[in-house]
Amino acid sequence: MINIQPYESPEYFVLILGLLLPIIIGLFYGKRLVNYETLFSLVFLVLTFGGDKWQQGVALIGYVLFELLVIFSYSKYRSKQNQTSVFVVAVLLAIAPLVVVKLTPLFSTNSSIIGFLGISYLTFKTVQMVMEMRDGAIKEFEPVLFVRFLLFFPTISSGPIDRFRRFKKDYQTAPDREKYLCMIDKAVKYLFLGFLYKFILGYFFGKILLPIVSHAALAHKMAFFHTGLSWPLVEYMYTYSMYLFFDFAGYSLFAIAISYLMGIESPMNFNQPFKSHNVKDFWNRWHMSLSFWFRDYVFMRFTFFLMKHKLIKNKLRISQVAYLANFLIMGFWHGVTWYYVLYGAFHAVAIIINDYWLRFKKTHNVPHNRWTEGLAIFTTFNVVCFSFLIFSGFLNTLWFK
Amino acid sequence: MNVNEIVLDILNGITETDFSKDMDEDIFTSGLVDSMATVELLLELQEKFGIDVPISEFNRDDWNTANKIIQRVESLQ
Repeated sequence: MINIQPYESPEYFVLILGLLLPIIIGLFYGKRLVNYETLFSLVFLVLTFGGDKWQQGVALIGYVLFELLVIFSYSKYRSKQNQTSVFVVAVLLAIAPLVVVKLTPLFSTNSSIIGFLGISYLTFKTVQMVMEMRDGAIKEFEPVLFVRFLLFFPTISSGPIDRFRRFKKDYQTAPDREKYLCMIDKAVKYLFLGFLYKFILGYFFGKILLPIVSHAALAHKMAFFHTGLSWPLVEYMYTYSMYLFFDFAGYSLFAIAISYLMGIESPMNFNQPFKSHNVKDFWNRWHMSLSFWFRDYVFMRFTFFLMKHKLIKNKLRISQVAYLANFLIMGFWHGVTWYYVLYGAFHAVAIIINDYWLRFKKTHNVPHNRWTEGLAIFTTFNVVCFSFLIFSGFLNTLWFK
Repeated sequence: MNVNEIVLDILNGITETDFSKDMDEDIFTSGLVDSMATVELLLELQEKFGIDVPISEFNRDDWNTANKIIQRVESLQ
């Protein structure tokens, strides 16, 4: 059995665009070929999770069945009652498989047998369902639609993270011809931009430059009183940051382009993040589908809870506690290692300092011109790149290996 | 006080900005209202008008100006 990883090779693009043709022609004539689309999705799921990755395939099936049961039970319960404790249990159950997968590396050298590529992204989608059911925004349990939403394969491995009600609206109709042509137009643009980002720039920074600067930085392990702080390390920081952006933004563009061709407007993931004026602005531009998920399902709910129950009086303190919780959870989500958690904590502290500054700016007359804007962008860029150096895990290699 | 005044009052209390001059100014893109301020807004609306807007139903595009907030409040009352 063959196994093809999404968006990795030219063969994948040839295959996917070829098999997409009937869907594209159907949508062009205003028809969604549901049966063909199901078959098509199955083929790609088997290609991604089959072959030597068959264990992941089994894990995926088990995961979907388990989450179906959680959502089904909670929706049954929610149609009659609305206890907070049951809601909390439902959320904990929904994230339980992910927690097990993330904690396994702490206790074992093998990865968990219930893990598979994209489990964290599917968990975001499931938790979102539970939360919106709690709010009464999603009322009925639609198993077929839920599975389609969960397993929508263009975004299955690494997002962008869509919202169920948005997906449902797209999925239940076909876009009119004018709109669909516009979507094809964008899809073609995103595909080529994606090629440039992932296979040219991402490849250059990640596969050519990164090994060189990494080697140089490791050779300076003893520099600056044994801390390893050296110019090559600074070069590593910027190179890795560029690689991370182009690789991930490129991948996201592919996922969005394929979604568009299927008549689904998956949300954008990046909006020129290196132009951000401050850290807060950065999180509105970087990995947006993730940061908005955290904003809507963690930060806002947590602040709402704290304020409603008047657990903390001071508003500034509330936002600071919520930022810490928000970014620490995000850190742990990336993986239970000191550098991911520190990455989260670093961003929490950065955004808290940022908030103090914004408050100061409101009450004081701070000059504003293109030079100060340039300084703001420059500062933000460096803060962000430094956070990516933490995130890269390279310091772990440099200091502890 | 009518809905108009109460909403402007709430917004003024949260952002320390008077929106009565430009009721169509986008409160999110101007950076005056962030997620934290949004939650404050929702709680105040709940308290003053008794309307319940769950976070899931809060679509920023429907609530991004003083005028739109007033409209929403009036339709939900």
